Amino acid sequence: MSESLAMRAPGGDLSGAGAGAEAPAPAGRPRRGVDWRKLLEIAVLAGPGILIFLTFVIVPVVMAAYYGFYRWNGYGTPTDFVFLDNYRLILTDQNFREALGHNFFIVVASLVLQGPAAVLMALMLNQKMRGRSLIRVLIFVPYVIAEVIVGTGWSLMLQTTGAVNDMLEKLGLSGWAVDWIADPDVAIWSLMVIISWKYIGFAVILFLAGLQSIPEELYEAASIDGASYWQMQFRITLPLLGPTIRIWAFLSIIGSLQLFDLVYIIWGQYVSDTAGTSTMATYMVTYGRNAGAFGYGNAVAVVLFIISLTIALIYQRYVLRRDTEGALTERKK
Amino acid sequence: MTTTDAPPSQKLRKSSRLHRAGWHAYAIAWLFVGINIAPVVYIILGGFRTNSQITTDPSGFPNPWEVENYLAVLQAEIFWKQLSNSAIAAIATTIGVVVLGVMASYVVARYDFKGRGAMYSLFAAGLMFPMTVAITPLYIMVRNLGLTNSLGGIILPQIAFALPTTVIILVPFLRAIPKELEEAAAMDGAGRLGFFFRMVVPLSIPGVITVGILAFIASWNAYLLPLFILNNEMQYTLPLGVQAFSSQYSVDTARVLAFTSLSMIPALVFFSLFERRIVGGLTGAVKG
Repeated sequence: MSESLAMRAPGGDLSGAGAGAEAPAPAGRPRRGVDWRKLLEIAVLAGPGILIFLTFVIVPVVMAAYYGFYRWNGYGTPTDFVFLDNYRLILTDQNFREALGHNFFIVVASLVLQGPAAVLMALMLNQKMRGRSLIRVLIFVPYVIAEVIVGTGWSLMLQTTGAVNDMLEKLGLSGWAVDWIADPDVAIWSLMVIISWKYIGFAVILFLAGLQSIPEELYEAASIDGASYWQMQFRITLPLLGPTIRIWAFLSIIGSLQLFDLVYIIWGQYVSDTAGTSTMATYMVTYGRNAGAFGYGNAVAVVLFIISLTIALIYQRYVLRRDTEGALTERKK
Repeated sequence: MTTTDAPPSQKLRKSSRLHRAGWHAYAIAWLFVGINIAPVVYIILGGFRTNSQITTDPSGFPNPWEVENYLAVLQAEIFWKQLSNSAIAAIATTIGVVVLGVMASYVVARYDFKGRGAMYSLFAAGLMFPMTVAITPLYIMVRNLGLTNSLGGIILPQIAFALPTTVIILVPFLRAIPKELEEAAAMDGAGRLGFFFRMVVPLSIPGVITVGILAFIASWNAYLLPLFILNNEMQYTLPLGVQAFSSQYSVDTARVLAFTSLSMIPALVFFSLFERRIVGGLTGAVKG
């Protein structure tokens, strides 16, 4: 094996290996015949990955568009072609509209609740501080533990007879004690608290990393000009942290649109509708797979995908595009 | 602009940028940490209490400390079975992602052929299909392959869905390996495959570790896919196990808390071991 490699290599250097080594160069020289050995290597190396990726990602997504045109219980070949009926049902279903509304509320509330708080925390932690690395580890813990654990823990704490209400009572605030999970006026805010708690550590860590890349010279110059600490944060840090904030916002928006685990774990499949916390994804699972309506579930998946993709493309077109010009040039505008 | 590192500017930098935190900064920082940790502490401490303690004083501390709940969970066969299911799924996913990811990234990064751009775009397109969007048709695909209720049915899709991020993180990494190294290897008689095994694999270890950790934690915490694929308690991974346990023993809150905190420990240990890599990997992955 190694001998054949050694024998071939010098000869192959003229065509195969040479072209491989010069990969960055534009289109290879014209040469006669096909380098079968190279093709074989490509197939062996990339083949398994591409096969598994096509099978479990691309094909199912394409099939969703197909199944979505059928009324189908998931068994055998779908035959009951209903064309756009599933989509008409989805878009006129009050439950779906409410779920969509909740998703948009969660998108906005996540940005508003987590963004400013995370920036302030990152600024606060970007100082000389004893135990800084320990603090960083600890604020990241909620992000690392599983959604199921977060959901189980919080739903026990938020029970009417749970720790939160008990604590309020001890503090003499028993008037504030409510049914955090089932009360439709409160439930979505409970969800927001849990979401913020779980994901804000990620934002803080991201912003801390972004702060490291701001050049020191800017602060030196500003401080020579007599700028105060907060002036520097507003005039230098915030604008230069812009690209990081915009990327974080993008991830947060997409995550909020796809939200499933926490809602489904805490509110279950039935309660989320009445408590006002259902999302498009919980709707998809409840009225699709759990109802045995696979054609319908696939149609919901398509709607969810189109909504997410549209928002992602708009965001990239109008918000993220600015970042390709570089943070410094953008600031001058 | 100041370009030199003259001593005066050094002093200024220290005073302006990373100025020493005052007591209020410490107070706010540790308050924030407290908020982040309190629910986790509640779960762990709750496991050390009895149900009557929890009922009479829901927000109190263990008094006295009871280890019964933890012992009961540790003696339950189902806990160990689900723990090993989680471990098998996470380890197999990680190995699969790393092996297939490095191979595919190597082709995209260093082979010159028609369709290389298309291959990269194909993987990049995968970023637009999160598991949530694809879960319903994915379930049908897994069922058609006869993989429901088996760990293979969650391992293979998890590998597939982790490949896009993996390729996107690893390709720049592999492209950065200087081509002089490849030429030198060729001079010494190694073909592209020899170069792959002797140079690329060892040199890509740091990137691979990041990718591997992300895949491991994602698999360990996964909920949606196992929820669809697994329907037998002995096949459950821990997240499903926690949920099943907490609905089965809904009156036995203390034991539920013990089960929950025990299932959290492996992820926490793993996280504290690789904390730097995880944080670096996530921020690196996000910056693309």
